[in-house]
Amino acid sequence: MLIGRVIGEIVATRKHATHEDRKILLVQPLNLDGSERGAALVALDAVDAGVGDRVLLTTEGFSAFSSVGYKKAPIDMAVIGIVDSVELIEGAA
Amino acid sequence: MYLGRVVGRVWSTVKNAELEGQRFLVVQPITPEGANAGKRIVCTDMTGAGAGEIIYWVRGREASIALPAPEVPTDFSIVGIVDEMSVNREAKK
Repeated sequence: MLIGRVIGEIVATRKHATHEDRKILLVQPLNLDGSERGAALVALDAVDAGVGDRVLLTTEGFSAFSSVGYKKAPIDMAVIGIVDSVELIEGAA
Repeated sequence: MYLGRVVGRVWSTVKNAELEGQRFLVVQPITPEGANAGKRIVCTDMTGAGAGEIIYWVRGREASIALPAPEVPTDFSIVGIVDEMSVNREAKK
């Protein structure tokens, strides 16, 4: 998974049927120091996350489409958790 | 999924039989702000997207799942046309 911040939402009328009735979120992946890590990604929402939330993002097909309730769907990214905090263990990092 | 803009079309006569009837579009990956984000790619399409439109696409096995025909050999498929996008990078919860 990646840690990212929800920075927006997308409205799309013409889209695959399995993307109906779900928020389509724009997620900016982040490094642990909070800096941006690559371009923002598009993910379906599985946990009712909103703009400003720091989230866990899966970027693998099976985990993405199963997290939003499908056995098979063209979904390769989903927000599957809202991050409360991240702790780095001293000496291990 | 990834954000992009349709910038061209690819025509191919000799191709895998499962690719018959598929449209091939050249897509420029972009950021939500519209800046280019990486190199251009070729996508199959289920949305009927046209030149200049902002779209989002899936990659990998899920690209094939997106298309109505079974077992299409594709690794990038456009799955939605973006009508509106709201972006707020400053919001923090």
